[in-house]
Amino acid sequence: MSTPALDLAWSDWLALFGHFLSLSLMAVGAAFSTLPEMHRYLVDRQHWLTDPQFTASITLAQAAPGPNVLFVALMGWNVGMNAGGYGAALIGAVVCLVGMLLPSSLLVYFASHWGQRNRDRHAVRAFKQGMGPVVIGLLIGTGWIMASANGDPASDWPLWLLTAAATIIVWRTRLHLLWLLGIGAVLGGLGWV
Amino acid sequence: MEDSRSRPTSLADLFLTLTALALQGFGGVLAVVQHELVVRKRWLTKEEFVEEWAVAQILPGPNVINLCLMIGSRYFGWRGALAALAGMLCVPTVGVLALAVAYARYGEHPMAIGALRGMGAIAAGLIIAAGLRLAGALKSNPLGVPLCVALGVITFVGIAVLRLPLVYILCGPGALGCVAAYRRLGGR
Repeated sequence: MSTPALDLAWSDWLALFGHFLSLSLMAVGAAFSTLPEMHRYLVDRQHWLTDPQFTASITLAQAAPGPNVLFVALMGWNVGMNAGGYGAALIGAVVCLVGMLLPSSLLVYFASHWGQRNRDRHAVRAFKQGMGPVVIGLLIGTGWIMASANGDPASDWPLWLLTAAATIIVWRTRLHLLWLLGIGAVLGGLGWV
Repeated sequence: MEDSRSRPTSLADLFLTLTALALQGFGGVLAVVQHELVVRKRWLTKEEFVEEWAVAQILPGPNVINLCLMIGSRYFGWRGALAALAGMLCVPTVGVLALAVAYARYGEHPMAIGALRGMGAIAAGLIIAAGLRLAGALKSNPLGVPLCVALGVITFVGIAVLRLPLVYILCGPGALGCVAAYRRLGGR
């Protein structure tokens, strides 16, 4: 696989940082909503990442433990690897992750303080209570979308069965979640599902 | 109910709890965060979790990060917010970078691909279960159960079946729920 050999100047690192700073406040709901914009900038315009590298960054972050937003760190890591090696990769990961999180975290910090002080206002209570059912619908919907990656229910029914079993066990028991994930990894690794 | 509440004892407790939590979250931390903070640690009740989640969801930024930052700052101010962010990010970032190095070598192995598939199927179930469990919090919602169910189902269909952008959901059933709740809480 051919990867570009980049020569990044200070101004390029700053541009990378600025790009993620600007995306931060656009990422409402999940960082994934800004993926098309990242692709346009990193792959199409600057050619800092190849298409396979872009996709692998997302898949790997999903597979690893931790918040999904870490895919941003992986993108920075890969840009750095293309630019020279592990040192540059580490800088890239930090630059992208900090850029992505700094503006939104500051906003959330001040907004939650405001909300806490005004929590008895009708509007604040109405917002929190009124969004309740939507929040729960979104959660179940997100799980459903992830389950769709299981494939066709007719041929991939063992995977769907696994999802259903995990749902019921977690809903009804207090079993540690790591046991379930471990079982999933073993069944998948042995090719049984 | 009230005496079953708990809280983080120190910044270190906050950091370590969130690190442990983040490291259990394969394919996202959403399901784990509910399980750990509500069921096991009991830092939040079901009802509080749903309320805070609504705020974390609508503000820009990754929702799980936002939620933990809010919890941290509530107990320990800006230092709590930083400890929460560090807990969610530091160790998991090292983990994901290590995985990237490993993937460059073994990523094509069929066992690795199969294991990822199996874990993905489980992760989907974890998130659905988190939603089902929180649904119990709606019993005390001022909207009443029938309206809650209706809004929840509309949201599910919109996001999972029609695959609408999140903005539509927030402006549709989301806004509707807020207006209805405002009225029932006595604000005209």
